[in-house]
Amino acid sequence: MAELYTVENLRLSLADMTRKPLLGAAPRIEVLRGLSFSIAKGEIIGIVGGSGSGKSTLGRALIRLLEPSGGSIRFDGQDITHLGEEALRPHRRRFQMIFQDPMSSLNPRHRVGQIIAGPLRLHGFDRVEARVMQALDHVGLPRGFAQRYPHELSGGQRQRVGIARAIALEPEFILADEIVSGLDVSSQAQVLRLLEDLVRELGLTLAFISHDLSVIRRLCHRIMVLYRGEIVELRQTAELFADPQAAYTRELLEAIPLPDPEQRWI
Amino acid sequence: MSFLSVKNLTLRLRDNRAPLLRDVSLEVSAGEVHGLVGESGAGKSMIGKAVLGILPRAVEIAGGEIWLDGVDLLTLPPAARRKRVGGLAALIPQDPLTALNPSRRIGPQITDRLVDILGWKRTEAEARALDLLGEVQINDPARVMRQYPHELSGGMRQRILIASAFAAEPKLIVADEPTTALDVTVQKQILRLIAGMQARHGTALLFVTHDLGVVSKVCQSLSVLYAGRILEQSTVRDFFAAPTHPYSAALLGATPKYTDPEGSLTPVPEAIIARLRAEIAAYDEAHHG
Repeated sequence: MAELYTVENLRLSLADMTRKPLLGAAPRIEVLRGLSFSIAKGEIIGIVGGSGSGKSTLGRALIRLLEPSGGSIRFDGQDITHLGEEALRPHRRRFQMIFQDPMSSLNPRHRVGQIIAGPLRLHGFDRVEARVMQALDHVGLPRGFAQRYPHELSGGQRQRVGIARAIALEPEFILADEIVSGLDVSSQAQVLRLLEDLVRELGLTLAFISHDLSVIRRLCHRIMVLYRGEIVELRQTAELFADPQAAYTRELLEAIPLPDPEQRWI
Repeated sequence: MSFLSVKNLTLRLRDNRAPLLRDVSLEVSAGEVHGLVGESGAGKSMIGKAVLGILPRAVEIAGGEIWLDGVDLLTLPPAARRKRVGGLAALIPQDPLTALNPSRRIGPQITDRLVDILGWKRTEAEARALDLLGEVQINDPARVMRQYPHELSGGMRQRILIASAFAAEPKLIVADEPTTALDVTVQKQILRLIAGMQARHGTALLFVTHDLGVVSKVCQSLSVLYAGRILEQSTVRDFFAAPTHPYSAALLGATPKYTDPEGSLTPVPEAIIARLRAEIAAYDEAHHG
């Protein structure tokens, strides 16, 4: 399989503003400490870790919302590690993001139709109206929802709008950052099923960030476990669950409360 | 004799009289942990808020009784009710950041309630707070008492709210999705802590959550809610062996289970939702006005 992303020795540090002295520069925190991996076209990769593991920072580096401080990211053969905003613009459409909290990532003053149409216009697509309708069809929302405002929708429906906005641009890669952690179990199941279907239908490549291994077991082909900015395990999903190698992976697995009173847990 | 007994509780919105809870009854014994399970909007938090007397202004009680330790709270005048609830019950809220006042030190946020509402001496209250911060495994409690919320991690803040809830030795605690904002490893620590404190202090717990995995670990009994109606009440053992209501079974099938990827994360079937909606509509029709 061809590779969509090739990442080598990726490093990223950010200023630690909580420890910034009154005068002078803030000390740097190493958030990503030399990550190397690749993502194949059509693959669904899970990125898992606790708070502060660097999983969201990694996601944001992949779609170049953040600039790495070392190493390289190649997207579809091209080095995008340090591309400037101008040079990135033609690529932006090709990698899209779905956010954790649809309430704060969807403009409350815009109707769903406008929300999905905005990026389409920005990227110069034709037949915008038709594409909006098609995106709504894809995520299983009635076309009439184009006229509604985000506050009129349930959490699961809002998350579908976020997905529709991303796929309308016909991207090759989608980053989904904790997109089901705010949903209750039944909407969670629906959104995950939907993503599974869309990836297959539209030939997408997906990176799915989560702190919960049980949520991503069904969805992901491979899983990367991050701990303090380093990859502690990166393997096929079935293998990882059958025989977790890293102590941190086991800790994450054992922390999950299975819906089973017999499981020894507390 | 149940310690908490909610009988036929009906809540509705003040302005359009839309029902939020429909004829809800439940019993919780002293020292029992009872789970309230359902999707967003099912009304599970509303039950806890009604018991504690902290319903939003827009919500009114349209009928029912809330018996706490042998007294129907809804028959008491507001001041007497506040005093009774304040001495017997407490809340562990969902979001530890908004539940703490960002501009005040931790210490007084724990002790004020003891001093102002329950009439403790300040020194007594401070000693109690120090003890409890130790019990929730906070290092150097005296220092933390002088700190502000922003100086602490999410897990630390949740520990402080747990200490604060147990401070007045309540007989009942409403835990409103106390770990939803936390990641799995921190969630496990916090749940272990709540379960340990609950057992040591013999406190009854009304545990609000949408996560059946969590219920199976911390609760002895549960109520499953949909649209303000209780569909099923059961012991945890019986429920997880064989839920009786089709919706409960579907909810269990939607719950992620990494040991059974094919048999989990199945959305609740449309047919079940449609039938529930029809039942609710028929109920509302029958109870109109």
